[in-house]
Amino acid sequence: MKKTFNLIATLLALSVYQGAHAASNSITIATEGAYPPWNFTTSDGQLAGFEVDLAKVLCKKMAMDCTIIAQDWSGMIPALKAGKFDVIMAGMFITDKRLEVMSFSQPYAIDPSSFAVEKDSELAKSTDSEKVSLNDTEKAQAAIEKLRPLLKGKTVGVQASTTLYEFLKKYFGDDIKIRTYKTTEQRDLDLEAGRVDAIYGQRTVLAATLKNDGFQDFMIAGPGFYGGIFGRGVGAGVRKDDDKLREKLNSAIQSAIADGTIKQLSEKWMGVDITPGS
Amino acid sequence: MDFSFYLIIIPKLLSGLPMTLQLTAISVSLGFILALTLALLLQTKQRLVTLPIRTFVAIFRGTPLLLQIFLIYYGLGQFRKDLQFVGLWGFFREPYWCAILALSLNTAAYGSEILRGAIKSVPKGLVEAARASGLSYYLTMRLVVLPIALRQAIPSYGNEIILMVKGTSLASVVTLMEVTGIAHGLISETYRAIEVFVCAGAIYLTINFLIIRGLAALEHRLSPPYLRKRT
Amino acid sequence: MIDVLHLLGFGDGGWGKSLLAATLVTLLLSFSSFSVGILFGGVIATFRVGKYRILNLFGRSYCTLFRGIPDLLTIYLLYYGGSMLLTSTGKLLGWDGFIGLPTFATGMLALAIISGAYLAEIFRGAYLALDKGQLEAAQALGLPKWPTLRFVIMPQIMRLALPGVSNVWQLILKDSALISVIGLVELMRQAQIGAGSTREPFIFYTAAACLYLVITVLTGFFFKYVENRTSSY
Repeated sequence: MKKTFNLIATLLALSVYQGAHAASNSITIATEGAYPPWNFTTSDGQLAGFEVDLAKVLCKKMAMDCTIIAQDWSGMIPALKAGKFDVIMAGMFITDKRLEVMSFSQPYAIDPSSFAVEKDSELAKSTDSEKVSLNDTEKAQAAIEKLRPLLKGKTVGVQASTTLYEFLKKYFGDDIKIRTYKTTEQRDLDLEAGRVDAIYGQRTVLAATLKNDGFQDFMIAGPGFYGGIFGRGVGAGVRKDDDKLREKLNSAIQSAIADGTIKQLSEKWMGVDITPGS
Repeated sequence: MDFSFYLIIIPKLLSGLPMTLQLTAISVSLGFILALTLALLLQTKQRLVTLPIRTFVAIFRGTPLLLQIFLIYYGLGQFRKDLQFVGLWGFFREPYWCAILALSLNTAAYGSEILRGAIKSVPKGLVEAARASGLSYYLTMRLVVLPIALRQAIPSYGNEIILMVKGTSLASVVTLMEVTGIAHGLISETYRAIEVFVCAGAIYLTINFLIIRGLAALEHRLSPPYLRKRT
Repeated sequence: MIDVLHLLGFGDGGWGKSLLAATLVTLLLSFSSFSVGILFGGVIATFRVGKYRILNLFGRSYCTLFRGIPDLLTIYLLYYGGSMLLTSTGKLLGWDGFIGLPTFATGMLALAIISGAYLAEIFRGAYLALDKGQLEAAQALGLPKWPTLRFVIMPQIMRLALPGVSNVWQLILKDSALISVIGLVELMRQAQIGAGSTREPFIFYTAAACLYLVITVLTGFFFKYVENRTSSY
């Protein structure tokens, strides 16, 4: 009996600890760990990818101790609010809706979003592949109307709780059947299995998917949308009242853009430069 | 407390109720038919029959339901070509049927154990008396053993049905929008996890409460007066 | 076949080591939840057979609640609400600042709470099945309360409850797979990670299923053995 009590006491003592950020110069950064090439988990359990490398660089620039942890995408914002970690770096778009409940650093990347489909499908015939800003209402509307008939009645897979999903619902909600997935990997498996006709995602992420075995017959199709509902690009999310940390992140990101670190890292992981303003 | 928020999310969560109830009803019914079949087959004591059944039961009782759903949906999705070849792809293509398959097989495994126990608990004397009065094995089963066994199994089977109601909450991982799936969507719209999960929890609690009450009434009706519990 | 061996092996790029490590986490998580769950179950069962109506009501609500809502929701609620609760309790006690519960502790607590509800019912059932003559005999012998509990009631309850307890252990083991949703890398999550990054879900989920099966079968044998040892007939 005594032993059991001791064990429980030890476990409780171990489990209650003060939030890292409040205590000292250390922060916890959450990423999804399942969003290649932005962030993913290797076979030995390590986190890797563009954002993981970038997080390490930013921490060095801020002179802070960082712990990077993996966290399911769908619950990330409530978990940030609940204080489970201090920063989100997980390919998260800075959107107006999110800004209502949290705060963001300046963007560290801009990445347009597209569809991926089978090469002999109708959507693949859409030759448009230029970038379209949703802020440019007229041009965006024209591009969307061109896509609409090609998508009519199709089933499209997209990761749940994302702005990508919001986009599909807003612009094609009446035309297509949307299926939502917890991770992009599950979405990809269903594309490969033919359970969905198309998937929608960030271009760099789709490109990484298509590099895998089994995706030779698929391609990225349609214009690359950005702006508007997609907000101001990808940034690091922090709690609303955490201005000090946001300022620190901002200057670190500014410096990483200026010295070409972001360009170099994005080319290393994605083969393209996604530095904001490039 | 922000009641207007609850007033907004509760109807939204309830829109997932038909899916939750459908998944439960179909898998519990299919699972029960399968469970009863397996439990009766186990009575034969033929190793060739009982061994595969025991293996099936051990596998489905020994692994997590979440894993079974994943394996059936994503795992078998890899074998699209083979499944197309045997004409089963139309079934496995749909997340709805995959979820029902996983849930039914799971509950059949647990249910068959419950029913086997219930059949075993029927007093031997009753069976002997029935056989001595000239009833065939089949008639003894149908008229004597099963009515008693099924009534005795109601409380344990009720627990299993409740576990199934709770189990449907896992169907959201294969893109189905039942109550939990909708709860996840609402959280990503409102970022208020606790309120949404509390409401979803209340919905499940209500369903389960009604099921428990319904089954208790059924048990009461089916019991002869001297066995009835005072209510 | 070579592919499978390579993927699940221990060599370079093999996932064998990660899967085994994750299995260990699953075992550790289940075992600690089980121990704490027995404590919770014991306390709640005591409430329910005791004579205080308020404690009785609490015990009953506890069991109805945690057996009635999906385990997944309990886990999520504890994950999001746990640290909030701790922090506000901390504030009441004058500790300003954020108090967090690490993932492992959150998962363990959630499983302990859930299994506690099931175990309480089992312990209560065992207590009610206890021969009342035993208690009267102990009283007649003038045995004080604590030794009665320790030497007369407990051993018998443990024996009567053993089959049920063994079921709950299996339940915890399988429920521990749900802790994967809050980010703890146990067997289920490791299998998902592997399935995701190699795009071989069938192999990884089958491997995980086998590992779960090995644990449930082996621990099942253990419980059977203890049951046989302790049963007097």
